[in-house]
Amino acid sequence: MSVEQMYQEIILDHYKAKHGSGLRDPYEAEVTHVNPSCGDEILLRVHLEGDTVADVSYDSVGCSISQASTSVMHDLVVGRPIEEGMATAAAFTEMMHSRGDFEPDEDVLEDGIAFLGVAQFPARVKCALLGWSAWKDAVAHALAHKEENHD
Amino acid sequence: MPDPDLLAADRSGAPEASSAGFALPASVRGDFPVLDRQVNGHPLVYLDSANTSQKPRAVVEAMADHLLLHNANVARAMHQLGAEASEAFEGGRSKVAGLLGARPEEVVFTKNASEALNLAAHTLGQHLALGPGDEVVVSVMEHHSNIVPWQLLCQRTGATLRWFDITDDGRLDLQAAREQDLVNERTKVVSLTWVSNVLGTVNPITELAAMAHAVGAVFVVDGSQAVPQLPVDVATLGADLLAFTSHKMLGPTGLGVLWGRYELLEQLPPFLGGGEMIEVVRMEGSTYARPPARFEAGTPPIAEVVALGAAVDYLRGVGMQRIAHHEHLITAYLLEQLQRIEGLRILGPTVPVDRGGAVSFTLTSADGFDIHPHDVMQLLDSRGVAIRGGHHCARPLHHRLGIQASSRASAYLYTTPDEVDALVAALEHTRAFFGGHSLGGRR
Repeated sequence: MSVEQMYQEIILDHYKAKHGSGLRDPYEAEVTHVNPSCGDEILLRVHLEGDTVADVSYDSVGCSISQASTSVMHDLVVGRPIEEGMATAAAFTEMMHSRGDFEPDEDVLEDGIAFLGVAQFPARVKCALLGWSAWKDAVAHALAHKEENHD
Repeated sequence: MPDPDLLAADRSGAPEASSAGFALPASVRGDFPVLDRQVNGHPLVYLDSANTSQKPRAVVEAMADHLLLHNANVARAMHQLGAEASEAFEGGRSKVAGLLGARPEEVVFTKNASEALNLAAHTLGQHLALGPGDEVVVSVMEHHSNIVPWQLLCQRTGATLRWFDITDDGRLDLQAAREQDLVNERTKVVSLTWVSNVLGTVNPITELAAMAHAVGAVFVVDGSQAVPQLPVDVATLGADLLAFTSHKMLGPTGLGVLWGRYELLEQLPPFLGGGEMIEVVRMEGSTYARPPARFEAGTPPIAEVVALGAAVDYLRGVGMQRIAHHEHLITAYLLEQLQRIEGLRILGPTVPVDRGGAVSFTLTSADGFDIHPHDVMQLLDSRGVAIRGGHHCARPLHHRLGIQASSRASAYLYTTPDEVDALVAALEHTRAFFGGHSLGGRR
């Protein structure tokens, strides 16, 4: 696969118009994740309503891969059960670690399947996972916070 | 897949470079086998020498020869091989000293330039009994390795870290520094880079040394980007300590150098404890060897020092004046050609005056999108062009410039104008690729 092919239209679309970008209230957890090797940074907030991901808002800077992947992640988790989001995150992560040898389920990953090509470029896998790791971390914090409040 | 026709078309479309004045690369490129490689179906265009330089055959052969035929530990093995190894190792030290115009015993070997600067920060902090009220001065254009060791020192001692700002054209803002009385009677250490690894700026080291010495401060210089490309004479430079690294000057990784004025080195306490750095060890306490051994605990990187010696021989064989001259010419050409690209903004001086061979830039597509350096790098790599993208271990500088990251092309003695042309063509392609994409066209 050529590099030009790696940059699918879907990826460039998301990069140029990031879905859900910007910081919003309310939120239960806020995390900052960075990729120290390149300086990509994301500040991400999660708002949960019961078992549902009500909103994910973020302020991020970085390459097309990290930005597009965060935008796709927003579409895939907001308005859906936490558990489903976590399963999607697992499927996306598995695809990214596959080196491209993977049959992605479009019903699960939707626009995320465009990143299959990125999995063939090991240096960029971390970029594609930045937003997802931030989201998983924020959800864990929000859930822990919820438990504390119940205690 | 690479398209040879496309490459040929790009090359023919690139401006013709005058070959006059660019004689050096042709005479040295044959010594660097890697430069004949194909990468992703294209001839390698290696423009990342500020990151690490390529190695000539003579350096690799010197290292292999040492390991295969003369290997023994140094300074303690009392047999023939031990004597050969010690002689080769100390020979490397003498060669480095020769390059700097220094005495061999002023050359301390470390793991890398970062360790050399950490050594400087630790030992100076103790020697000067740094404490609250004392100040250490660096600059906003420093590499992290000339910021963090001083931050740590200030945290340990309660001293205050202050820094030079830069002007809009990427030079140290000496006027603002004077107005703020940045370097004053409280200043105990001034540590600055000679050549910026991002902006390429060559700082006026002698003038800065005078500024530091006028208030009695110790002047430390990070020479990582300077020593590979400029003639050095420590007798007139004005530095008290000078740190640099082997791998950016044709030598192997795993080896750095701290040069110090002997009178200063003699007063500094040890840094790391262990073998070779001692005089007499008793359980109640030890006495320490004289410099440079005092700062070289444990078995040193012997083969690496031998190889660095070979790298110095190579550089001096070519001539540091000639290397500096080529660096100047190729940087001028690089600056001139890059400025022809629309949407490309050069960070740092845009004219080849007091400027080293690293040129950093940002790139914006025709539809006004900042093309991230990682994306630039990836597109360039697919055409065999190797540059660096990111914050180049100088995050505060990028923050100061109001950007998150940049792309950097850097040249060395083997860099040709054709390679600059290939870079320009690949950048034009990158710009067209990211700009040609119509927003939301898919939806």
